[in-house]
Amino acid sequence: MSQDAYNYLFIGLSFALYIGIAIRQRAASTQEYYTAGGGVSPFANGMATAADWMSAATFISMAGSLAIGGYDGSRFLMGWTGGFVLLTVLMVPFLRKFGKATVPDFIGDRYYSKAARLVAVICAIFICLTYIMGQMRGVGLVFSQLFGIEIATGVIVGGAIVFFYAGLGGMKGITYTQVAQYCVMAFAYTIPAIFIAIALTNNFIPQLGFIGDYTAGEQAVPFLEKLNKINTDLGFTKYTDGSMAKIDMFCVTAALMCGTAGLPHVIVRFFTVKNVKAVRTSACWTLAFIAVIYLTAPTIGAFSRVNLISNLNEKKYEETPQWFRDFEKTGQMAWVDKNADGKIQYWGAGKSESGKSGKVFEGKPRFHNDERGASGERLLSNQIVTDSPNELYFGNDVMVMANPHMAGLPKWAIALLMAGCIAAALSTAAGLLLVLSTSISHDLMKKIIKPDLSDQEEIKYARLASLGALLVAVWFGINPPSTFVAKTVAFAFGLAASSFFPTLLMGIFSRRMNKEGAIAGMIAGIGFTLSYIIYFQFMGGTPDQYLYDISPEGIGFLGMLINFAVSGLVASFTPAPPPEVTELVDSVRYPGGEETAAQGH
Amino acid sequence: MNERLKTAKGRYWKAQLRCVGTLLMLWFLVSFGAGILLRDWLDVNFPSVGSAPFGFWMAQQGSIIVFVILLIVYAGWMARIEARLDEEGGSR
Repeated sequence: MSQDAYNYLFIGLSFALYIGIAIRQRAASTQEYYTAGGGVSPFANGMATAADWMSAATFISMAGSLAIGGYDGSRFLMGWTGGFVLLTVLMVPFLRKFGKATVPDFIGDRYYSKAARLVAVICAIFICLTYIMGQMRGVGLVFSQLFGIEIATGVIVGGAIVFFYAGLGGMKGITYTQVAQYCVMAFAYTIPAIFIAIALTNNFIPQLGFIGDYTAGEQAVPFLEKLNKINTDLGFTKYTDGSMAKIDMFCVTAALMCGTAGLPHVIVRFFTVKNVKAVRTSACWTLAFIAVIYLTAPTIGAFSRVNLISNLNEKKYEETPQWFRDFEKTGQMAWVDKNADGKIQYWGAGKSESGKSGKVFEGKPRFHNDERGASGERLLSNQIVTDSPNELYFGNDVMVMANPHMAGLPKWAIALLMAGCIAAALSTAAGLLLVLSTSISHDLMKKIIKPDLSDQEEIKYARLASLGALLVAVWFGINPPSTFVAKTVAFAFGLAASSFFPTLLMGIFSRRMNKEGAIAGMIAGIGFTLSYIIYFQFMGGTPDQYLYDISPEGIGFLGMLINFAVSGLVASFTPAPPPEVTELVDSVRYPGGEETAAQGH
Repeated sequence: MNERLKTAKGRYWKAQLRCVGTLLMLWFLVSFGAGILLRDWLDVNFPSVGSAPFGFWMAQQGSIIVFVILLIVYAGWMARIEARLDEEGGSR
């Protein structure tokens, strides 16, 4: 069977499974549409949350950024798992006890005002949209890889599929589909890692191979030492050292962590289980399932770097493996023969006379149709960076997909990986789409604009809103703010960290926090973060203008501090919240009675 | 709400804060502490994990393992605190 046949088979089968589940579990009431009726078991919810949580960014991009950045990539590893700890101990048990369906619901009631609810809805929309852009981009990448089409077409195809089953199934359908998607993802991620670990380190547990010996060479040497040597030989910094400023590393990690704890689509997941105790058990399961993939990611990153370099560096174009030309065709890899020696050189800053970093050319690759250079490579119309000797361009996103090709894995493993990538992007996009549509239909339409909305109409609005949101997401998926999926997603976290995280935290842990403080804080936090991101991503700000060396990815942390400070300040000279709100705060702090609270909505 | 229940609930909240505080301290230590702030120092001065320098290993593997353990401890610890609240008059 050919590779294409395998791809179609695996992806077709997995789609049949998801759609079958979505149809069987179709939501009948708003309660089922928003929170699956509140009766999902902690184990199943854990798996579904893990799938929801692990997006295309995790699945496709993270190992790539580890491969390129080495130690620097740890910010994603720690940020996205550590944030889960924050989420579990500081947020979800209390919000679950409160028992309403959405995050703006809590903010609206806790801060007793429609204005606060409205600000929360707007924040939710911004966060989810930014996040979903990253997902659509991921879906597009996979489809373009699969069918050899342009990424833009891939994004549109992906969007249609997401709409079909997220709009249809609601939370109930999504939850059970996500359980299936987690299983696909876990296999798709770990199986290639195991094969490669055996090939490179003779150890079938990738995590042990990673810290063990490299055995594919003439004599066994410690794997990480080998990788460090490869890096320094080619003029890069040591793999285990990285090159990010410590303060930036700290801020990005903190923004990712606090952002996780403020992400509406993850918080909502925990409204689907029975009670607060089940929330805690469910969170344990979720993080354990997530850890399976996160502990594997650094091994994939490191292994694929070794493979990439041994496959391509100092090779003539005509000697390169077929997959290199395939990725070149979809524009995810490119080669510029700067020194005209006909060989590919992948070199870092250390090899350049100017000491500049190893950029090949400016911006993302733009090809001259299909014109070929002297060695047969595709020619680019980009501005070539001449003071850096690096000749090989590849997107971070391509590493995971190229990985099984580089290692020469069997065809079915490659097909499985493709199915996994799609599962990752679809599951997250579906979860986000649901929160987006809920924010609009429930929080905006029913609670603010049209309180007499019937159940049926509300679902109708929700489905309509998800269509609208998806169209926007598809557009941004085609014209992304950053070509790199994980980075786009990191912005969403910055926005969540600077808006929801502080406001929810103070709503639970401070009796004194009032509506004036909360609203001012949210606006100041998200306003600051958003303007910083827009300035540097869209208006041509350069890295030497960074505030305290903090990149736009990490600015959410500063935005969060601003939110805290502004809230505290404003609250201190405005009136205390009314007694019924203090009672509400007390009630979410103590256990009991949550089974009935869930029906109250 | 009677007095006894009130003090029981006050104790419950304090116990919960203690639990959360302890876990978050450990959370900070393994991630921001070992993984970022002290990473270079730990790389040099601590025994390697296999061939991985200690700080680097904490950042890429160790912290994640600790996080999972923290959540398991949290679930167990909170269950005990809640059981005590139930004994002391409870809320349900």
